[in-house]
Amino acid sequence: MKTQLIKLGLVFAMLGIFAVGGGTAVLPEMQHATVHWFSLTDRQFRDIYSLGQVAPGPNMSMVLVIGYRLLGAIGALVVGFAFFLPDCALTLAANRLWTRFEGSPWRLSVQRGMAPVAIGLMCAGTYAIARLTLASPITGVLNPLSIGIAVIITAILLWRHVNPGLLVLLSGTAYLLLTHW
Amino acid sequence: MPPSDIASESAAAASVVGLFDLFKLFFMAGALSFGGGVVAYEREYLVRDSKWLSDEDFLATLEISETLPGLNSINIAVIVGDNLRGIPGAIASVLGLMIPGVVIVMVLGVLWASNHHNPRINAFLLGIAASAVGMLTVVTLQLGRRQFTNLLDLAIVIVTFAATSIFKVPLAFVLFVLGPIAIFLYRPSASLPRSMTEELHMPFHRGEHHGKLRH
Repeated sequence: MKTQLIKLGLVFAMLGIFAVGGGTAVLPEMQHATVHWFSLTDRQFRDIYSLGQVAPGPNMSMVLVIGYRLLGAIGALVVGFAFFLPDCALTLAANRLWTRFEGSPWRLSVQRGMAPVAIGLMCAGTYAIARLTLASPITGVLNPLSIGIAVIITAILLWRHVNPGLLVLLSGTAYLLLTHW
Repeated sequence: MPPSDIASESAAAASVVGLFDLFKLFFMAGALSFGGGVVAYEREYLVRDSKWLSDEDFLATLEISETLPGLNSINIAVIVGDNLRGIPGAIASVLGLMIPGVVIVMVLGVLWASNHHNPRINAFLLGIAASAVGMLTVVTLQLGRRQFTNLLDLAIVIVTFAATSIFKVPLAFVLFVLGPIAIFLYRPSASLPRSMTEELHMPFHRGEHHGKLRH
């Protein structure tokens, strides 16, 4: 238990610090680590990610539920501190050093170079959630209803901005009604 | 009122921002941002409601937040809190931002853990995951508009995606090998015309899409 907790803490501390371009960027690594090194299933990972979509605030707060599912309340606590604390400390330190790099031409190079890396990682994060959702994680059979919802939500949001919280609830309700009516 | 008076007034306002005021402002952003878009709420409260930051201040803060690792909404809380009230301010801001979501997601998590064989709950959550695929697709397309239309950028996007999703390369390798290569390709001496380097800034700074920023 204790070694599992330490391992879990180290994994999530690494994920927090590596989240270049936001939480989506580390979803593939997070899925891989929690499913292969711990006892989470792909479907549980997908369900917990969905819970994060329902709650307000930074939706990566769902990492606490991963900790809870794997190692109980203490697991949630360890994962929460490991994922968010080192990153906050890093940001605090960087904020105080930032002005020193204000005039450096390398700052623009870092921003220009890391932007496409961040977008590539976001594509990978989107792909990871799509693989878990648009086809069965177990049989690999495509799920037309999920695909339909994903396409409709994409089309709506490309057309205009709609409150995402509303779309989240509507999509969940639609899937429930269409499969359990 | 002449601009200088406005500036000194907002500076005076900043010097008396209380820790509880910081906590309260970020608590509201963390409690009301259902479905994501936390950054847009922070901007609304910090710039329009409280006037603690000018829009330029906010965009500068967002720029730093995006360059640093971690979630943008949390990085903004750390930086604004630190700039206004030092380390206690940063702590108050982050706690305010995180507490509502953490409490709600944990309540949902405990309920889910004892009901995760219920087919209706599974169906509801699967519908939500499907909507997330759509939202992530749109956010990625919008944030990456410039990267998808610039050849060198697009090549870096594709290599990063392929390395992560197809070849399952560890994230550390991507960040510490592909990252420095990408930065080197855009090194200061690289012969991009000056106007172009300014034009092709990070995608995230374009104002009109902040309302859709997640995390």
